[in-house]
Amino acid sequence: MPQQALIDLRGITKTYGSGDAAFEALCGIDLTITRGEFVAVMGPSGSGKSTLMNLLGCLDTPTSGSYSFQGIRVETLNQDQRSLLRRHALGFIFQGFNLLARTSALENVELPLLYRGYPRKQRHQLARAALASVGLPDKERNTPAELSGGQQQRVAIARAIVTNPHTLFADEPTGNLDSKTTRGIMQLLRHLNSDLGITVIMVTHEDSVATYARRIIHVMDGLIEADEETDNL
Amino acid sequence: MFLNAFMIALREIRRNLTRAFLTVLGIVIGVAAVVTMVTLGRGATVAVKAQISNLGSNLLILRPGQGWHTWGVAQFSQTDVQAIREQVSGIHAVSPFGYANAPAIYLENARNTDIQGTSADYFSIANWKLSLGRFFTEAEVVEGAAVCVIGETIRKELFGKDVDPTGKKIRIKSMSLEVVGVTAVKGQGGFGDDLDDNIITPITTLRRRLTGRGSKQNVNQVMISCQDGYPTAHIVAEITSLMRERRGLTRNEQNNFSVFDSLQLADAISSSTKVMTSLLGAVAGVSLLVGGIGIMNIMLVSVTERTREIGIRLAIGARAREVLLQFLVEAVTLSCVGGVCGIILAYGLCVTLAEVVGAPFLFDPKINVIAFIFSAAIGIVFGFMPARRAAALDPIDALRHE
Repeated sequence: MPQQALIDLRGITKTYGSGDAAFEALCGIDLTITRGEFVAVMGPSGSGKSTLMNLLGCLDTPTSGSYSFQGIRVETLNQDQRSLLRRHALGFIFQGFNLLARTSALENVELPLLYRGYPRKQRHQLARAALASVGLPDKERNTPAELSGGQQQRVAIARAIVTNPHTLFADEPTGNLDSKTTRGIMQLLRHLNSDLGITVIMVTHEDSVATYARRIIHVMDGLIEADEETDNL
Repeated sequence: MFLNAFMIALREIRRNLTRAFLTVLGIVIGVAAVVTMVTLGRGATVAVKAQISNLGSNLLILRPGQGWHTWGVAQFSQTDVQAIREQVSGIHAVSPFGYANAPAIYLENARNTDIQGTSADYFSIANWKLSLGRFFTEAEVVEGAAVCVIGETIRKELFGKDVDPTGKKIRIKSMSLEVVGVTAVKGQGGFGDDLDDNIITPITTLRRRLTGRGSKQNVNQVMISCQDGYPTAHIVAEITSLMRERRGLTRNEQNNFSVFDSLQLADAISSSTKVMTSLLGAVAGVSLLVGGIGIMNIMLVSVTERTREIGIRLAIGARAREVLLQFLVEAVTLSCVGGVCGIILAYGLCVTLAEVVGAPFLFDPKINVIAFIFSAAIGIVFGFMPARRAAALDPIDALRHE
């Protein structure tokens, strides 16, 4: 039985600006991603990979084309509806971690649950469990300034998975980290993918990072140049 | 949704106490300054008005010397008083005035106080009212009767607060005076002096028993009340020429006496308080503005950080309106806390300062409300506007904000 497509892009374009200054970041992308995949989107800077990521993550809308996420036509949703979609189905990790400053790790992880309206006790419980699952059970009280880059990214991952999303978007998750820490973070992402069945879609420009994925999509000048399976199991 | 936003906002305040404190501080200072200044200014104006009415209307005061320079200048005599009474037109009553300072004793209680010797007219001229007993009469003044009218402070000190002292005798130096009346409370005078701390006795009595008969010129000052509608300037001119003549001043000599017009004095005091009040108001307005600028500063400085925060919240699934509500609740909470603290601080300042400067404390709800609304509005607008702009951004742009 063929798996239903989680993400289905048809003829997606994205143009910034207008008139003479118009810049076409994406020039017609067709892409299908199914549940449980670990996809790396690669490409040099300016290739459109980040634009593609933002569209996939429902943070942005395409200029033309259709994007169906679990059968929902994302391009027809307004900002609030996309917010709700992100709240309920997606998790995000960023290159710059994007944790709230002066806020304890636990409270950062609790943030998405707060918007879901979970009661206090349940929030604590889930956030603690998420922190433990990323290997930071003893850093609940620490603020981002008191954590290393790798630890901050782990907190960000805990925040992304605390709502139990089925899809995780990672935008250059290791861009600010050294190689040793990178390994740890990538192993964690792979664990989330293979053991918890979370679909992971990641943007990177490092080959060594991309090898952790099971599928690598190369983007160049707003088009998909190559789409290949890796030999990862 | 509202409860949630409220909770998130409170968390955010607790987390950024320094920022919250600085925002609140701006509002506190703004509100406290305006409320304190205006309240004190109003209190001073009311105090001045009360003093003016205490002084009595249409009152001229003839004093020896010019201004404060009275030392060694000849006083007035009873015949001067008589001359004014008979020769100056348009006057209603004339009352001589002599002072002495001596301890008044009743049983074991003593108080050093002003003893004022005057005529019976003085009570109506200077607008005294009675709370007990009677004033002394002109007949008593003529015969030099051993009677006196005392102020409330003297009653309190010598007899006790609610004791009726009429008929009792107080001793001043070697003489014994029967208390015939107690004047109604006048409160504080223009220089913070206690107007109720005095004993009024016939000037004949004072002269005979206290200041001695030695000199004929033992009238320290003369109070003249004018008839209604008669121009006081005329009367002042008449008194001046009369006194120059009686004191034998030549053409080239300056007056060695002066005539105060209570109305002019009142006008001068009243207009200077008005100037003071508007000056205070202007200073307060500036501090409110500075407080407002402080708030704007804090809010604008934190905009970069907060824009990223908005981006994060939007990315993890907050709706724009939830984020806006959070920021609105934050701004409103801080502004209201600041406003309330400011009003409390102003209350404390007003009570303390009112006591220090001797003006009454008059609570004015209007200025409290105006100052509160004004600074709360600044806080809300400048707390909320950047948030509104940020929430309108795409989450991506908000996250990238540098």
